Parts: sequence; C-alpha cells; structure tokens
Amino acid sequence: MSMNKQGRPTGTGTSDFASTSGSALLPNEPLLFEIGDTEHSGVDLPDAEINTARLGGFERKMPLDLAGLTEPEAMRHYVRLSRLNHSIDSGMYPLGSCTMKHNPRLNEKMARLPGFADIHPLQPVSTVQGALELMNQLSHWLMTLTNTSAVALTPKAGAHGELLGMMTIKAAQQAAGQGHRTIVLVPESAHGTNPATAAFLGYSVKSIPARADGTVDVQAVKDALSPEVAAIMLTNPNTCGLFEPQVIEIAQAVHGAGAFFYCDGANFNAIMGVVRPGDLGIDAMHINLHKTFSTPHGGGGPGAGPVVLSAALAPFAPVPFVRQGSDGLELVEHTEGEALGRITAFQGQMGMYVRALTYMLSHGGDGLAQAAEDAVLNANYIKARLGHVFSVPFPDYPTMHEALFDDSFLAGTGVTTLDFAKALIDEGFHPMTMYFPLVVHGAMLVEPTESESKQTLDHFCDVMEELALDAKAGNAARFTAAPLHAPRRRLDETRAARAPILKWERPEDLPQAAE
Amino acid sequence: MRYLPHSAAERAEMLGVIGAANIDALFSAVPANALKSFDLGLPAHSPEFLVEAHMKALAGQNHAGADGPFFIGAGAYRHHVPATVDHLIQRSEFLTAYTPYQPEISQGTLQMLFEFQTQVAKLTGMDVANASMYDGSTGTAEAVLMARRLTRRNKVVLSGGLHPHYRDVVKAYLKDDSDLECLSASPEGQGDILDHIDEETAAIVVQTPDFYGHLRNIRAAADAAHAKGALLIVVITEVVSLGLLEAPGALGADIVVAEGQSIGNALNFGGPYLGLLATRKEFIRQMPGRVCGETVDAEGQRGFVLTLSTREQHIRREKATSNICTNSGLCALAFSIHMALLGEAGFTRLARLNHANACKLADALEAVPGVEVLNRTFFNEMTIRTSTPAAALIERLAQRGILGGVPVSRLEPGDPGVANLIVLAATELTTEGDIAALCAALSEELA
Amino acid sequence: MTTKFTPDHEYIRVEGSTGIVGITPYAQNALGDIVFVELPSVGKVLKKGDEAAVVESVKAASEIYAPVAGTVSEINEALSGEPGLINTDPESGGWIYKITIADASELDGLLDDAAYAELTK
Repeated sequence: MSMNKQGRPTGTGTSDFASTSGSALLPNEPLLFEIGDTEHSGVDLPDAEINTARLGGFERKMPLDLAGLTEPEAMRHYVRLSRLNHSIDSGMYPLGSCTMKHNPRLNEKMARLPGFADIHPLQPVSTVQGALELMNQLSHWLMTLTNTSAVALTPKAGAHGELLGMMTIKAAQQAAGQGHRTIVLVPESAHGTNPATAAFLGYSVKSIPARADGTVDVQAVKDALSPEVAAIMLTNPNTCGLFEPQVIEIAQAVHGAGAFFYCDGANFNAIMGVVRPGDLGIDAMHINLHKTFSTPHGGGGPGAGPVVLSAALAPFAPVPFVRQGSDGLELVEHTEGEALGRITAFQGQMGMYVRALTYMLSHGGDGLAQAAEDAVLNANYIKARLGHVFSVPFPDYPTMHEALFDDSFLAGTGVTTLDFAKALIDEGFHPMTMYFPLVVHGAMLVEPTESESKQTLDHFCDVMEELALDAKAGNAARFTAAPLHAPRRRLDETRAARAPILKWERPEDLPQAAE
Repeated sequence: MRYLPHSAAERAEMLGVIGAANIDALFSAVPANALKSFDLGLPAHSPEFLVEAHMKALAGQNHAGADGPFFIGAGAYRHHVPATVDHLIQRSEFLTAYTPYQPEISQGTLQMLFEFQTQVAKLTGMDVANASMYDGSTGTAEAVLMARRLTRRNKVVLSGGLHPHYRDVVKAYLKDDSDLECLSASPEGQGDILDHIDEETAAIVVQTPDFYGHLRNIRAAADAAHAKGALLIVVITEVVSLGLLEAPGALGADIVVAEGQSIGNALNFGGPYLGLLATRKEFIRQMPGRVCGETVDAEGQRGFVLTLSTREQHIRREKATSNICTNSGLCALAFSIHMALLGEAGFTRLARLNHANACKLADALEAVPGVEVLNRTFFNEMTIRTSTPAAALIERLAQRGILGGVPVSRLEPGDPGVANLIVLAATELTTEGDIAALCAALSEELA
Repeated sequence: MTTKFTPDHEYIRVEGSTGIVGITPYAQNALGDIVFVELPSVGKVLKKGDEAAVVESVKAASEIYAPVAGTVSEINEALSGEPGLINTDPESGGWIYKITIADASELDGLLDDAAYAELTK
C-alpha cells in the first residue's frame, strides 16, 4: 500500500493494516550491511602512502566487502538494536544459577582508568606495580572469603575455571603417581559444563543420582568411590538451590579415597561471607566474578572464573601469578616444577578484576555477608509466597538463593514450562531458568538475587500467581501464543538449525537469485 | 549499603512471611560449625569516593600507554578506540543483558552477533565464524582440538613463529600429549613447518604475521597440509593486518583463529580480549562455541537465535565439542561497532597507516648503531637484535619513560639465542616524535 | 520380513541378512523436529549397543544404538539434506542405516510389535 507522505493524515488509519516496521519506539532495524556500504566510514584517518616492498607480495587483492557507517548512522543503528534487549537495568532477571544482580557503574568507571585499561600485559613489571597489587588484593579477598591457600586468577570464565581446576587436579595426581585415576563423579543435577569439562580432560564421567530430597547421598558417593576415581565435581549450594547438608562427610569420604573435591562455585552468591568453602573441605572452586561479584554479563561475556585452591593443589597453579619479590611484586610467568603451565595468553581478565575488587571494597566484608543473606531471604520469600500455587519438589530444606518449582502445578492445563516462561515476558520479566536442573520435571528455577526490592519481589510474585491461576483456569492460549508484546514472537528454531544461515549474504549472491 | 534495597523492617516482615525466626534459620542445612564461625578480618563497606580513591591510587602506580612513547605489541596492540564504541557498549541494554537464550527479548544482542559473525567471516575470507571465544590463545587450542575431531588424526605441529604463549596454552590443553610437535623459535622467519607434515598429521598451526613480525606464506602451507590430508590452522594476533594482507580463507586456510582485541578493545593488561574463530561451512558441526543464525518468528518477521546448540555443553554434556559457555559477547560488540565505524574504507586506511608507521620505525631503527632489524617482511611489528641483552635494555628504556617493546627472553627464557632480541610494534598512535625518542634513547644506551 | 524394537526406541526391519535401522514414530514424536543426523560410515563394525548415529533436535541430541552386532552396509544419504524425513516418514523414507547382521540370534532378545506397544503405552 502507498502512504500519503504529503499531508497530515486525518483519520485513525486502517484497522487491517499489519505493521511490518515494528512499533513506534521500537522500529525494526535493518542489518548493518543493509544500511552501510564500503565507502562510508565513521572514522577519519589520513590515507598514508605506502611502499609494498615489505609486504612480501602478500598484500590483499580481494575486496573485503565490509560495510561502514558514519558516526550518526552507527549511533542510531546500535541504540535501536539495544532497545530490543531485556537487561538488568530495565527489569528483573529471575534467572536461576545465573545470578543476574545489579552492576554498579563505579565498577565501570574504575575499569576505564588509564592506569588499568591502557597498560599492556607485557610491560616491564616495574611499570605495572599497581596492577599487580590489585591482583594481590583481589586474591586476598577471594582466599579470605573461601578460607583457601591459593588462587589462580587467570581463567576467562566459569567453564574455563572448571577446566583449570580439573587440570590442576590431574597435574597433582600425575605428580603423585596417581595418573591411573580416570573417573570423575558428577551428580546428575550438575550444570552441563561439569561433565563436559571432565570429558574434555579424558575422564570418564560417573553420574551420582540425587536423593528424593534433592541433595546428594553421601552413601551413593561412598559406593561410587574407588581407586580409579580422580575427583568429584559438586555444586554447593547445589543446582536445586539447596545447601548440601552432608557436604563435609562427602569431602571426607572423597579425601579418604585419595580423590579431590572440585566445587562448582556458580552459587557462591548464597554463602559469601557467611560460609567459607575451605571449611567444608573443598580442594578447588571457581568463582564467577560475573555472577557473584557483579561484573556485567555483557550479553554473554566476558566473564572471569578465578579458581581458589587448597594447600594440596596450590603448587600446581598455572602461570602467570603474582609473588612478593625482594624488589616489589613479581609476575611469575614460567612454570616451575610440575605445575600445568599457562591456560591463556596473558594475565586473565584484568578488566573484571578491577570491577570485582571495586565491588568488594564497596560492600566490605559486612556488606557481602548481608548481600548473601538478602539473596537467600529473597528466594525464600518467593518460595513462601508462591508455594501454595506452584509445586515445590524439595520442601524439606529452606532454599538458599534460588527457589525451584516443577511443572506438576500445570498438569492438565495444556501449558508447558516453556509456555509459562514466555508468558512472563509479556508481563515485563525475563523468564526464569527452565528445564534445569534436569532432575526435576519441567523445572523452573528462580533466583531473584539481593538486588531486588521487596516491592519488585511482591510484583513478581503477584504476576507469577496470576499467571498460574490463569493457566489452571484453562486460559492456555495466553501461554501457548506468548510472547505477544515482545519485539519478536516465538522464533523458528527448527528452521534456523536445519539450514543454518550464519552470516549475511548479498541478495544477489543467494542461491535462489541465480535460478 | 547502597546496593541493597531492603530496610531492617522489610527484612523482618519478609522473615515473618517465610515463617523463619531469623536469617540463620534459612541456613539450617549448613553444618553449625561452618556458619559464620569466623571473623573475616576484611574492611567494612565503604562510600563511593573512598573506593574510588583506593582504586585511583593503584592505577596511579602504573605507567599507562599514553604516558610516553609506546612500542609494545607481541599479541596485544595499542590502537585508538572511537568514543562512540565505549559509549554504546555501556548502554544498559547491552552491558547488563544476559546471554541471549530468550530470543524474543534479545534481538539486539543476537542481531549484533549475526553482524559480528558476518564481519569476521568477510575479514578472514571464511564461510562461517562463531560468536567469539575467550581470546586468541584459547581459540587456538580449541581449533587444534577441532582439527583432531575433523581428521580423526592426532599429530599437531606448531610453527616456531607461533606466539610462545599461544604455544604454551596449546601445550597445557593437550597435557602430556606426545603427538604435539612444537618447532623451536624462529625469530628470523626460518624453520620450515612443511617438512613436518605426514599422513598422521591432523593440523599445522601457522601464525601470520608471526610472533616476530614476519609474513608467512599461507598458500604454500595450505597446499602442503592438504597434500597429506591435514588441515591448516592460521593464527592472527594483529587483526588490523587483514586490512592490507590477503585473507587466509582466500589462500586455503581451513580454520582461522585471531585475537580481535585490536579492534574496539583496550589493552586491559591482558583481558578481557576477544577470540575470533572462523572455518569452512562443512566443518560447522565441529566448531566450538556459540553461534547465531537467522530465522523467522511466528509472524514471519526476520529474527535471530542461538543455533546449533546441540554441539554445546548444556545439551551434549560430556559429548560437547568444548566446555565453553560464557564467551566474550561485549568485546565482540565493541569489535563490531568499531569495525562498522571503520568500514572497508576506514579499515584499509587504518592498516596502511599502521604499516607506514612501522616502515618509519624500521628505517629509523636500522640507522641506530648496535641495532639490527631482522625482518625483510612485516606488517606493523618487527624483531631487532641489539648489541646488549634485551631485558636489561628494555628496563633502562622504561626508566626513561619509553616502553620500547618486549624482550623475547621474557617469553622464551630457556633459549639463549634470543637474549638480545626485542619485538616492537608501531600503530596509528605511534608518532615520529615517539620514534625519534626511542632511537635517541637506544643510541645512548648502546653507545 | 520382521521388525523388532529396542527399549531405546530403535527399530530394525529384517530383510534376509540385512537389518534396516531407524527410530520409531513414538521416538520421533518425543524428540520433536529433527534438524540434523550424524550418520555412521559404511563399513563401520558395530557391537550390539554401540553408538551408531546421532539424531539432533533443536534442544536435544540422541544417540542411536546398534540393536544387534554387524557391519554398516548402507546409510540414508537423503537425511543429510532432509533430516525432517525422520519426522514425516520414520519407518520408510526416514530409515537411518542398514546393517549386515552378524548374529541373527541377537534378534531374539529384542522386543516384538506387541511388547514394544506395551512399553510405549
């Protein structure tokens, strides 16, 4: 249809007009390549004369075909894209196991100080003493909060930390002539990275079933232990949101069998400043700075996953690490003894270290403990407010920082966990974690974090309750069609996976254009 | 505490709703002797201005890149990042968003990733790219494992021109693996990896420009690898070089791994950085990491989703291609915005400017008595041999306020042959004054 | 010609010494839209219970095990371009691979029509 662009329209428009341009404040945004071209640029640079003699004949002959935008075009493109995202700053993320808490902006400001952002990883150490001191201070906080002997800061994310922790265990066992230990025990409620990490290192994974109350059975662990077992990978608090009540006995049994206790620290937010994992007998634990210590998630990273280590594992920590020398702080960059070497090119995620330490100093030891207690308080509050409408699979223990529900309350409604979660989008919330942990049918895992006010929690609970009652009342269509008010309706994931389109192609280059 | 919304009265009210006598009752599963049974001895919470003062004092003890002439490269490069980039990545909706697993409310991040993948594919000349790795070094290790899965062979040969830290990361990932062959350092561009390829070889790994700055013959490496059924992994630590040099995909590379820090990302003392990984279309099922794809929604509108996720740890668990989960999303955004601002025209000019400045640096260094430039070819980085040991020389330059490069011995301490070698880089930020200051200082120190 | 079933929802349709293996209509329905099939290579020798192929839906990847021991004699190349055949026609056009049966007596240990129907009731 053609629109009258000359005069001001006087009517209310036609009611059967289906907009394909998005809504008023959320216009559909074309791809960068559909807006820009190879001549436009938003950067002014002189055109240098060059002599190609030192390029050895390797200079580019093919064009890149990279579209450019001027600065105003780029600003509008990315601001418009940004508005299609949910974010912590705009609404709650009740996302279990992900700890989406407030990201203080002081952290961002500090990370951008030139003394941190504009220093090179290979500068002479005499010129970066403040950076090494910062790493030392962060290490001190992490070791103190966990009561452990050492910390390897360098892992780039939680999964990388897991990998490092298990590599450290492997190195320690090989050094002790225990290289025949090839089995890693992983509770079936574990996050997928745990078995992936163990398998990555050549271990075979033995699954430990959960008890009916959602916790790990110490007897099941004892039964699975043998001289072939290298380690257990246990998340505590576990992925059902429960503190493992027998964790100390499990640690003792594992150590008694000559194996190590790897703790997945994804849920450290529930216990920081309140319980020290070192007191529970852990040997290694990664800490997601992008969860527990508020470094922003950034739409999927960067994260940071430092690993605290027990005295038994400390000698096997990777390089580089900071050490007090006779003439200031030193950076140890080469492996001594049987340590496992280097797992990333440089010193790890300095930008995240700055943000995390800023957060720690802001909170103080007292504030971190209060944050953990508030996180647990908030989760229990949600569980208490919703327990009468939702089904709670493990009612025996108070929950820690997340509340777990299963889908039995939806039985017979024609509404699935997925549908329910998508309906939450229409109410302005990000969906909760769904179908994880796997040990619960149709799991809904809700983690409010300490950042949410009572007012927000009450609103969230009101919405959840209203949705549950509506589902039970038989109004399935509201759920199966949801979301209706997001920038997109449900997307066709089958189509995306069957014939993957992973980059933009010029329309004239697409196969059908040639036909 | 400014980040915690509850008042004491609200906490009490909430405990009442829960039916708990006090907060400790919620921690009843914790063994009693482990609950708050300690004094942390950590400082108490602190106002913003005091935290800021503490951090500024630490930052102030460091010599920042802008504080004087700066010539360090060796895997991380000091480039200008437009103000727009840092403004945009701090938009709440990008900065504080979660991984885009809920595509209906994550189209901003997803479309950006699709654009990023397209940019990386075009830059490298490959069919497809993933949505990022942690950094170039871990990406290289993942590429090696990917090549082993693809070829079902085990032997991997690393060129002597590969960044020594990258080599060390691959060694750590492949701990105790006798099938890994690391060729000795080749600061003069010597060492022929082509002689080490056989029928057992899964992949060879070649960096260009290499760690010492030399440009390597990718076409020859690809032909030699393919003749034996092996794959060629090309590593690039200075992605700006692709503005001037032929894309590895056009020369026969099977997997390209690059460190993307140079575009959009600050030096940050080593991280966060941005791993780029691109490959041929037929290899995507063995490609690690997240990937974003185009599809349509229930109303037929174009949209984007994370796809092919059955390769990933949350579904395949112990059979996943990698355990990677969180990657470098925001760094990829910074890269993508900066690359969009540059466009082909700007990116090419940027690369030419880098090379022009490096040529000026090389010419000036050649004229310093006691300095020999080892490179016949380079992009923006080169290796020099000095008449005195490099480590102490670099330290003396630092005391003069000049960050004059990286002594190779810092990365290869066991190799006496590199004691007098320095790797230096020039970028668009290098001025003629910087070069003059460096050469004057070197002349005095080497006199 | 007989068809037998495993408790893991593979079927094997026996034609002489060859078995045609796929997944049952019940299984394809439970998995949802199949988006990719990882096929075995022809000539691969399998023991009973070995992983022979992988079928992937958007959210799950499921291993297809060998119902009996034998050697892979043919694979259904059509699935590479059109994995949805497993959804639309699991028992005919959506077969996955053919196996030369090593020991026909192993078939006796599998479920027959009635037993499988009972299992999936």
